[in-house]
Amino acid sequence: MNIVVAMKQIPDLQQVRIRNRQPVFEDVPYTLGNIDKNALEAGVALKEALDAKLIVVSAGNEELEDTIKEALAAGADEAYLVIDDSLDNIASDTSATLIAAAIKKIDDVGIILFGEGSGDNYSGQVASRVAEILELPEVGYAKEIELNGQSLRVTRSLEESEELVEVELPTVITVVSEINEARIPAVTQILKAGKKPKEVVSPHELEIAIGSVQVTTLSNLAPETDRKQIVVKSVDELVKALTTEGLIGR
Amino acid sequence: MAGILIYSDKTPYALELVTAGQIVAKDLGLPLQAVSINDADQAVELGKRVEVYKIANDDINLADTAAVASALKQTAEQVSANIILLSSNRRGKEVAGRLAQSLQAGCLSDVNSFTINSGKIECSRNALGGATVAVQQIETANQVIAIMPKAFEKAPEGSGSLHELTVEVRPRIKVLEVKPKAGDSVDIEAADILVAVGQGLENQGDLAKVEAIAKALGGEVACSKPIATDKKWLSEERIIGLSGKKCKPSLAIVMGISGQVQFTVGIRDAKTIVAVNNDENADIMRMADYIMVADLEDVLPELIQALS
Ligand SMILES: Cc1cc2nc3c(=O)[nH]c(=O)nc-3n(C[C@H](O)[C@H](O)[C@H](O)COP(=O)(O)OP(=O)(O)OC[C@H]3O[C@@H](n4cnc5c(N)ncnc54)[C@H](O)[C@@H]3O)c2cc1C
Ligand SMILES: Nc1ncnc2c1ncn2[C@@H]1O[C@H](COP(=O)(O)O)[C@@H](O)[C@H]1O
Repeated sequence: MNIVVAMKQIPDLQQVRIRNRQPVFEDVPYTLGNIDKNALEAGVALKEALDAKLIVVSAGNEELEDTIKEALAAGADEAYLVIDDSLDNIASDTSATLIAAAIKKIDDVGIILFGEGSGDNYSGQVASRVAEILELPEVGYAKEIELNGQSLRVTRSLEESEELVEVELPTVITVVSEINEARIPAVTQILKAGKKPKEVVSPHELEIAIGSVQVTTLSNLAPETDRKQIVVKSVDELVKALTTEGLIGR
Repeated sequence: MAGILIYSDKTPYALELVTAGQIVAKDLGLPLQAVSINDADQAVELGKRVEVYKIANDDINLADTAAVASALKQTAEQVSANIILLSSNRRGKEVAGRLAQSLQAGCLSDVNSFTINSGKIECSRNALGGATVAVQQIETANQVIAIMPKAFEKAPEGSGSLHELTVEVRPRIKVLEVKPKAGDSVDIEAADILVAVGQGLENQGDLAKVEAIAKALGGEVACSKPIATDKKWLSEERIIGLSGKKCKPSLAIVMGISGQVQFTVGIRDAKTIVAVNNDENADIMRMADYIMVADLEDVLPELIQALS
C-alpha cells in the first residue's frame, strides 16, 4: 500500500516582516507548513505499522524541489511534485486539482494525509476538495489514528467533543497538531535526503489546465496598531499605571 | 438560479448566519433560505426567522462530511440557491471545501466580516497565519462562505416558515463513540480582563498564582496554544489566537508568551495590552502598551501581593 501526505511549501512566516502594513517576502526562505509536518509524522507511524511506502505530494514553484528535502529527511520515501512558475501563491482549488491529479498517478493509495490547515492560508479547504474530486470519505481534525484490519479508527477533535469514527480505506484524513510531535531532521539528513526518488511533473503533463480565478484578493494588509509602548520597571509601577487608567481596581 | 442558503450543525451559529444572510439578501435582492439536517429543534428555531427546509434522514451522520456536503448540494439545487453561508467551526470548514468543489464554487472560510460592493461580497479573513487581514471576493456564480462563530449577532425572532425536504446520500463513516471534552464552560471572549500565560510559565504549580491574579482582577485565565494542546495544563477553551478565541478585553496581561502572529491575532483588538517577558526582544513587546522585562517567577508573587 502507498500512503500519501500532502505538504505545502510556504514562506517562513517567522521571517515575514511588515513594512507600511505590507508583508515583505523578499529574502524569506520557503519551508513546509507546521501542521503538515504533523501529517508527515502520522504518515511515518502508519507506514511502519502497515509496511507501506510514504509518498509526499506537493504543488508549488521551482523552489519546491529544495524545500521538499526536509520531508524526505523526516521520513517520506519518495516525492511526487507538481512544479511550475505559476504555482506561487497558489489558490485552494488549483492546489486541490493538482494534488488529486497527482494522487491518481500513484497506484494503490490507501491513506491520504493532510494538515488541518496550511501555514499561510489556513483555509482548511484543500483536503475536502481533494476528497470530493477523488470521491473518497474523509475524516478531519484527527488527533489519533489507529489501524483496525482493513479500516482505520480515528479520533477527531472538534470544538466541544471528540468523536471516534471508523472508516474504510482508501480515505482522506486531516490531522491537528496535537496528534504527535513532528521530528526535526538534522541538516546532514536533509542533504542526504536529496538522493531519495523524486518525480517532478508540470500541470501540463498532468493534463490540468489551471482554471479561471475563483477568488480575487482586493487587499492584504497588516492591521493598524497603535500601542503606547511604555516600559515599566516594577510590578508596583505597572499596577499604579493600570489603576490610573481605570483598568483595574474598579 | 439565485438565492442564499444557510446551514450550521450548531443552532446558535445558524441563528448568527440568519443575520449575515439577511444582510446579503437585502443588498443583493435575493431570497434567503435555511436548511437544518436531522435537528428538529433547530428547524423550529430557524422557522421562526426564515424559510427553513428540514431534512430528516438516518443515512446522514454529521461526522460524514461527504454525506452532509451532498445533502447541502441537493438542497441548494432544489431551492435554487447559489450563495451558501456556513459556520466556520471545524465541521463547517470541512463541509465548505467539499461542497465548494462539488458546486464548482469559489470558497472562503474563517470570514470575520464582509461588506457588499457592486454586487460582490467582499470578505475579510486573516491571512499569513494572522499577520495580515486579506479582503477577498469570490468570482464564481456559486459561492461558499464560511463565517466565524460570533462574527454576527443571533437573529431575533421574526417571520418564517417550515418545510420538509428529502435528499439521498450514501453513508461512508461509522461513528463509534462521542465524548464531550473535559467540561470547561469558560467564555474568554466575554471576559473584560484576561490574564494569559504561555510557555514562559515553567511549572504547572504556578498556574495557581495565575488564577489568583485573574481572580483578584475579576478576569479570566487564558493561554497560548501549547499550554493547552501540548502541556494540557488548561482547557482548549482558553486558547487565544488563530485556532483559538479572538478576544477584545479592556485589559490583557500577557505573560511568558512570545507573541507569534498565530497568537497575537486573537488579542490584537484588546484595548490595553500588558506584556511581561524575560526577553526584551520578544515580538509581544512590540504590540504592548505596557512592557515589563522580568522573570515570571518574580512577577507572579509580586502581582498577587500588589493586588491583594
Ligand atoms: C496554523 C497554526 C495555528 C496556530 N494557532 C495558535 C493559536 O490559536 N494560539 C496560539 O497561542 N498559538 C497558535 N499557534 C502556535 C504559535 O505559532 C506559537 O507556537 C505559540 O503561540 C507559542 O506559544 P508561547 O508564546 O506560549 O511559547 P513560546 O513561543 O515558546 O514563548 C515563550 C515565551 O516565554 C518567554 N519566557 C520564557 N521563560 C520566561 C520566564 N521565566 N519569565 C518570563 N518570560 C519567559 C520567552 O522569552 C518566550 O517569549 C498556531 C500555529 C499554527 C501553525
Ligand atoms: N500546494 C499544496 N501542495 C501540497 N499540499 C497542499 C497544498 N496546499 C494545501 N495543501 C495541503 O492541504 C492542507 C490544507 O490546506 P488549506 O486548505 O490551504 O488550509 C495543508 O495542510 C496541506 O496538507
